Amino acid sequence: MTANVTIRIQQADFDIAQEMAALTKARTDIGAVVSFSGICRGSEGDEPIAALTLEHYPDMAEAEIARHAETAMSRWPLTGLTVIHRVGRITPGENIVLVLTASQHRQAAFQAAEFLMDYLKANAPFWKREEGAAGTSWVDARHHDDAAAARWTKS
Amino acid sequence: MKVKYFAWVRERIGKAEETVEPPANVRTVDDLIGWLSGRGEAYAYAFEKPKVIRAAIDHAHVKPDTMIAGAREIAFFPPMTGG
Repeated sequence: MTANVTIRIQQADFDIAQEMAALTKARTDIGAVVSFSGICRGSEGDEPIAALTLEHYPDMAEAEIARHAETAMSRWPLTGLTVIHRVGRITPGENIVLVLTASQHRQAAFQAAEFLMDYLKANAPFWKREEGAAGTSWVDARHHDDAAAARWTKS
Repeated sequence: MKVKYFAWVRERIGKAEETVEPPANVRTVDDLIGWLSGRGEAYAYAFEKPKVIRAAIDHAHVKPDTMIAGAREIAFFPPMTGG
């Protein structure tokens, strides 16, 4: 059977159970699905956050996620994957991103999900702006996100 | 060529995209940053720390020494913070 790849960038929220059902529908060759969701926190350190606004570079974001999806498909024996990234204004407790990976066995699904998230954080063209008590500010990139992505390219 | 700006680079320059015709001696991404920086205070502010700025040519990440010849669309933005 062909792999089931879904990539979407959208303002609307997503339903994890519905996405998981779509990924596994009518298949009996899947033994493991790993699900990662990124959720908007209500604070950063001691600073409360009222909301995040996500800006993106539409054409490049789709191309970049598709490239990483292809890499994941070629590196691990996946039967399918789903990546959904939200844009626009997102309030604490709401979903930001979803990665689902499906495989015959758990190891490939776990590793591919972690790879996809590390690459998304460091390389997919999205930018977060925080609304805090002192106004709005762009979120700084974290060095450990770059390091997390880089470890997948080492030998 | 079309140039696009995102996040605080866009805010500092005050526009999301424009079409530019740099002179022939502007050969690399780094050269283009230098040339754009000379277009006014807003540009100089956006590109004040060129090492922080990331670039993409035709929707793929590129390094500062990449040649820009043949590029249809070049984008400049801060390090990414999605996910």
